[in-house]
Amino acid sequence: MSLDSPADARSDARVAAVASKQRWQDFLFHKVTMLFSLLVLAALMGIIVSLLINAWPAFQKFGLNFVWRVEWDIVNEEFGAAIAIVGTLLSACIALLLAVPLAFGIALFLTETCPVWLRRPLGTAIELLAAVPSIIYGMFGLFIFAPLFAEYGQPALQSTLGQMPLIGPLFGGAMNGIGILAAGIVLAFMVLPFIAAVMRDVFEIVPPILRESAYGLGCTTWEVVRRVVLPYTQKGVIGGIMLGLGRALGETMAVTFVIGNSQRLSASLFSPGSSIASTLANEFGEAADFHLSTLYALGFMLFVITFVVLALAKLMISRAEKAKGF
Amino acid sequence: MKRQFLKTVAAAALASMFATGPALAADITGAGATFPFPVYSKWAEDYKKLTGTGLNYQSIGSSGGIRQIRAKTVTFGATDAPVPGNELDRDGMVQFPAIIGGTVPVFNLDGFKPGDLRITGAVLAEIFMGTISTWNDPKIAALNPGKALPRQPITVVHRADGSGTTFNFTDYLSVVSKPWADQVGKGAAVKWPAATSVGGKGNEGVAANVSRIKGSVGYVEYAYAKKNNIPHMLLQNRDGKFVAPDDKTFAAAAVGADWFSVPGMGVSLVDAKGAESWPISTASFILMYKQPADKAASNEVLKFFEWAFQNGDKAALDLEYVPLPDKLVADIRSRVWSQIAR
Repeated sequence: MSLDSPADARSDARVAAVASKQRWQDFLFHKVTMLFSLLVLAALMGIIVSLLINAWPAFQKFGLNFVWRVEWDIVNEEFGAAIAIVGTLLSACIALLLAVPLAFGIALFLTETCPVWLRRPLGTAIELLAAVPSIIYGMFGLFIFAPLFAEYGQPALQSTLGQMPLIGPLFGGAMNGIGILAAGIVLAFMVLPFIAAVMRDVFEIVPPILRESAYGLGCTTWEVVRRVVLPYTQKGVIGGIMLGLGRALGETMAVTFVIGNSQRLSASLFSPGSSIASTLANEFGEAADFHLSTLYALGFMLFVITFVVLALAKLMISRAEKAKGF
Repeated sequence: MKRQFLKTVAAAALASMFATGPALAADITGAGATFPFPVYSKWAEDYKKLTGTGLNYQSIGSSGGIRQIRAKTVTFGATDAPVPGNELDRDGMVQFPAIIGGTVPVFNLDGFKPGDLRITGAVLAEIFMGTISTWNDPKIAALNPGKALPRQPITVVHRADGSGTTFNFTDYLSVVSKPWADQVGKGAAVKWPAATSVGGKGNEGVAANVSRIKGSVGYVEYAYAKKNNIPHMLLQNRDGKFVAPDDKTFAAAAVGADWFSVPGMGVSLVDAKGAESWPISTASFILMYKQPADKAASNEVLKFFEWAFQNGDKAALDLEYVPLPDKLVADIRSRVWSQIAR
């Protein structure tokens, strides 16, 4: 069996041909997929650059003060982003404060204590809730939730939390049913299914052996969740919350319906305000010249806020992993 | 064989493109004000039935309309706030009114029906500034003797988006109230001073908020007040008469207007003279180039408006707009359209 018999040489040539063809395929595959990924990067850079170019006149006039100024006067061309930024952050924070504990409870129930026959329908219902378009939430918020909230919710809050020291003023003022708090609550409805669905999925990947060992040692359900499930799924849980936060920060239509669209800062959460996205949605159509440039600047601010939030989330995750010694 | 087939398909595709090309090109394109959109689209529907020429009108807002016509992406632009004469000259454009309508103050008080509340421009301005903050304020009571006005706080509802309706309303308040003119001014969007003010998106957003929030006051284009059965106020006009909004009082405001006194016909109809005049009436304008890049398309636009001015009166009245008087149409034809190269 010699290597240089004619038959072997032929088969070697064939193998080489196949190998070279495969190398080419791999090479092409690599380049094509790289091109796709670079396309995303290019789109991102393009958006940032075009936002900056269009926003430049506004930044040039107000400088960094644009971020802190509490002013939105279109007639006299005096602009500041503070009102919209506060509205955006406040409504998103309220949404998370309400949605995260609820979503946590839902996910826990579904994975730990739910009877098997109920798991499918409940899970599907949550996924369906996530698929409802945001305009529906907006209409629901304005026409159904807001009147009920003004009639029952706000008076109840004002007569209880509103009477407490320190946080009392947060629940003062006129009760119209729409405002920053209403926007936060509607947003909570919107992000709840997202966070709950992600949390449920990550809770499910905890290996049964870990869970069962803990139960076998005599742990209660809460102890299993606290000591086993949560540490194991921390990354996914934070990721789910950030997904919800990202949606809450950028949500436009639902917020525009219920936030009240007033360019004013107020101590009360009942009072109408505006978010970056709602201001853009409202004013873009009729804006011209300098006003338009400030709207681009607002859009850029939203971009920066989202970026900071994402970066913080990544930082939190990597810190937590270091602490655990991964 | 296969290649032959592909060639045939390509040829057929090309042929169909050219065949449908002229039909598409004949559609008129325009963009701008939302306020006249209902009547323009009604006219377009009737016109298409008659001639086969469609109108592609995007109601993207007045400033958007001005931007689009400047970018020459449409054959005509539409705006509620007239473009000043010097800018028209700079761009080589003409401007003419196409339809007249009115903005009405609306309110929500238990037990009050449309027209049950009388108001003057100065008091209306104070309400919208927030200096009058309850409904039983002596200034409102003095105008409405015998009416039981509740001690209810007033919530101001305004447009959240920039709008020709807002321009028209704030234009009026600036004319009748010096404090308003000094502190707020007029524009498609302004800084609303009242402490309890809520913004709604679009006429329908304001209408929804006013009909929902007890003790609220707002302003909408008349058709929205009528359609949603929201009570409007009787407003005192320049001659001291309290008038109700309808097509007659809107038309009365336009009667005395000297259209050609302002370059570009940008006459403000607010606070017009005449015992019957509704004080917040407005015209909506059309912008076109004097030297259009596409003369055929420009001619089609003129043909459309010629037809609309001749035959569109009933459709306009049905939608609570006021068609232009015949004399004004004749003037537009002889003094404005004559400047457009055919």
